[in-house]
Amino acid sequence: MLEVTGLHVAYGGIQAVRSITFHVNQGETVALIGANGAGKSSTLKAIARVIDAVGGDVHFCGEKISRIAPHDIIRKGIALVPEGRGVFPRLSVLENLEMGAYIRNATVEAKKDLKMVFDYFPRLKEREDQLAGTLSGGEQQMLAIGRALMSRPKMLLLDEPSMGLAPIMVQKIFEVVRAVAADGMTILLIEQNARLALQCSQRGYVMESGEISLHGDSAQLLDDPKVRAAYLGE
Amino acid sequence: MKNGQFFRPTVSIGLLATVLVALPFVAALGGQAWVRILDFAILYAFLALGLNIVVGLAGLLDLGYIAFYAVGAYTWALLASPHFGLHWPIWAILPLGAGLACFAGVLLGSPTLKLRGDYLAIVTLGFGEIVRIFMNNLNAPINITNGPQGITLIDPVSFGAFKFSGTTQIFGLSLSGPQKYYFLLVALAILVIIVNLRLQNSRIGRAWQAIREDEIAAKAVGINTRNLKLLAFAMGASFGGIAGGIFSAMQGFVSPESFSLIESIMILAMVVLGGMGHIPGVILGAVLLTVLPEVLRYGVGPLQMALFGKMLVDPESLRMLVFGLALVLVMRFKPAGLWPSPERKRELQEAAP
Repeated sequence: MLEVTGLHVAYGGIQAVRSITFHVNQGETVALIGANGAGKSSTLKAIARVIDAVGGDVHFCGEKISRIAPHDIIRKGIALVPEGRGVFPRLSVLENLEMGAYIRNATVEAKKDLKMVFDYFPRLKEREDQLAGTLSGGEQQMLAIGRALMSRPKMLLLDEPSMGLAPIMVQKIFEVVRAVAADGMTILLIEQNARLALQCSQRGYVMESGEISLHGDSAQLLDDPKVRAAYLGE
Repeated sequence: MKNGQFFRPTVSIGLLATVLVALPFVAALGGQAWVRILDFAILYAFLALGLNIVVGLAGLLDLGYIAFYAVGAYTWALLASPHFGLHWPIWAILPLGAGLACFAGVLLGSPTLKLRGDYLAIVTLGFGEIVRIFMNNLNAPINITNGPQGITLIDPVSFGAFKFSGTTQIFGLSLSGPQKYYFLLVALAILVIIVNLRLQNSRIGRAWQAIREDEIAAKAVGINTRNLKLLAFAMGASFGGIAGGIFSAMQGFVSPESFSLIESIMILAMVVLGGMGHIPGVILGAVLLTVLPEVLRYGVGPLQMALFGKMLVDPESLRMLVFGLALVLVMRFKPAGLWPSPERKRELQEAAP
């Protein structure tokens, strides 16, 4: 479904991502793990066109999307949940979710999707009228995922959903990520928390200084001695 | 109960309308100068509401807003004065002035909107100064703006034979020039308030707010941030252009001096002091910052004479002093502005420990 070939990202002279190639199949959850500064987030941002890649191609459902405008990515069916959540703090929870359906004009459909989001995250329903900026970190993450779902995407890009959250919140978020995946969503998940990411994905790629150093089934990676030593702290 | 709900807004709107109609006649008791001050208060409210679209809704810090006002003012001045011997009617000049200001907004916006926050502020500040200096120097080799001397004898606003300058008798009432302008300005202000209100909850308004809050997230939900920012700039600029035209006609005289940096800062201060993004707050800010300096001007001089028998401090410099002090106090005690929107107020309260 998503095919990344030779993607290259640089900030000035600094190479963040060096020609990486990977793919995500339909209905699959794929984890991209690695340490801080390995280039995971840059990869995701380049796919979402938030930053410009220096080279390489990205194809989605057979269509080349590596040169389109950033605001058109979502129209192709890819919804990004940005790093650090990126909710609109001075809009209410409901308004944030409505913004998620910005590209769609069908209000009736959007109402139905609102119910779906509230089913995944009952907490958001309780806080409907509250300003997003006053939510806890975990609730904001829920909101960011919920907002992404409101566009009825074919694929979700999750950028470090566990960042800065209490362990109990992380568990809750990942439960929902699993539930969303079980309902058929294709997900590309970027995570520093390698164990969690591998536990809820089918396949995984390990990134190291801008390159993919390992890939395979998540279960295998969880058992891999190198991964265990470097990322699972064993 | 239901009756009361219906009744209340009707009564308050009626009350407001009565006050608005009575105001210029009450002010006239203190002399026509006060009616003129009132006119300027509304003109500034109009300007501040235009800037509110750019700064309050879209979150783009524009320090050169006065440039668009200048474009509108000079459009009117050049096309309706003996300077070129042209005397175009209002329905031609006012839209043209708005259009040219809008064009200037797009011209400034398209290369600069990649910049954010402080950087955008500096570029717009520079643009404002460029326009002023242009007006100052466009008297040679071909005399277009008449340079620092400015343009005089500008036509007043008129609809057919009905002129807004001088006194006219309507329904046995004697209306002075400033009083007539007052009603014109109130009508324009109501127009800009309606536009502001409609925008706030429209799809475009929401998109602007999203850009203001988080640009990357705004792109991620599918908002064309570049075009929408341009639209905010263009719209704010158009309102600036209209206000400039009316200013020109009302004064009968324009010179580059009226469009200095301090004017841009004043208008921004009205928006921020009053309550960014909140329409009643912005109006309050504009009225306070126009009327208070005048009160100082008329009050402080005589007060000093009475207390000390001589002028110790020039009222004009005292004005800036009091103005600065007021800004500091408001930012210290009412950081969201004097009359912030309920959401903004709630946000600050909830964020406080």
